[in-house]
Amino acid sequence: MAAKSNLKNMALSLTLVCLVCSAVLGCIYAVTSEPIREAQQAKTNASIARVLPAFEGQPVMESINVDGLDYTYYNVPGTGYAVISTVGGFGGPLTLMVGIGNDGLVCNTVVLSHSETPGLGAKCQTESSFIDQFKGWDPAARKLAVRKDGGEVDAITASTITSRAYSAAVANAYNVYLKLRGDE
Amino acid sequence: MSKFGIITKGLLKENPTFVLVLGMCPTLATTTSAMNGLEMGLATMFVLILSNIVISLISPVVPDKVHIPVYIVVIATFVTVLQLLMQAFVPQVYETLGLFIPLIVVNCIVLGRAEAFASKNSVGDSALDGIGIGIGFTLSLTVIGIVREILGSGAIFGWKFITGDGILAFVMAPGAFIVLGYLMVLFNKLAKR
Repeated sequence: MAAKSNLKNMALSLTLVCLVCSAVLGCIYAVTSEPIREAQQAKTNASIARVLPAFEGQPVMESINVDGLDYTYYNVPGTGYAVISTVGGFGGPLTLMVGIGNDGLVCNTVVLSHSETPGLGAKCQTESSFIDQFKGWDPAARKLAVRKDGGEVDAITASTITSRAYSAAVANAYNVYLKLRGDE
Repeated sequence: MSKFGIITKGLLKENPTFVLVLGMCPTLATTTSAMNGLEMGLATMFVLILSNIVISLISPVVPDKVHIPVYIVVIATFVTVLQLLMQAFVPQVYETLGLFIPLIVVNCIVLGRAEAFASKNSVGDSALDGIGIGIGFTLSLTVIGIVREILGSGAIFGWKFITGDGILAFVMAPGAFIVLGYLMVLFNKLAKR
């Protein structure tokens, strides 16, 4: 039979349950914190490896403020920078990682997170004709904007807003790169 | 009720999705593909079984007036455990299900089974109930996922059988409601026989 619901019993049982649960969580956290850190590291390294040529060692995460916005970037010594750049897309923030080599050319781009419409804007992750055009792009010579806006980016069919955001994110990443170079 | 009966009632008579209509939030949101549905079902089953066992163990000594907070603390603990384990060992799965894992805490199925079954039955029966309802939930989500994936992406468990896109509406929210509604009709029609 359940214990009587007086103040002492109620306080006691709740306290006990909470203590035991916290202890369990503490143990699990201790066991999983290392694998979680490794998993996140592996994920970041995998993204960096996709946007920059092969590199060695552990890239250093740093952040910089450009035009009032904070950007996180990874400095890959001897190779270039992987800049994380977020711009508002059609359905929400569109976050890219943009790899820019030391030669000032865009090496590759990859979508880290997005909320674009499946089958339309979400194609910015899969449509190779769209993604591949940024490979080797020289932002100093060619304008990073969709053709409708006077740039040279071929937009995804029926997804101009997403394409615009994508181009803007790459352009912002290039500004970060310029500032980084200027600082050196 | 026989041990076998406890398990099978979760599949048919008390199917959490099509009969009890509980846990609609993860049902509608995560079933964009068969694999997502399956993974969400399994995650919920994990919490359901463990919380059922623990709650049936402690319910005899928990004072009535605080039993809900106590149950919720237990459920939340298991959900957090699951979340940490998934982040550590299956990060890809965690990424797709993301937000919906912590939401299992407020899934009506879990607290509902704790209240309606685990607190009144033996540990063994509660574990079986967790398994039964868990399988029922997993199967329902997987079926919805399969239908939406076939119609929406022309694929099944990630294997594409058409080129190009399917009917996009089925990947988005309206498709979830439509598929759920028709499957519910079908299920209840068949179950009545």
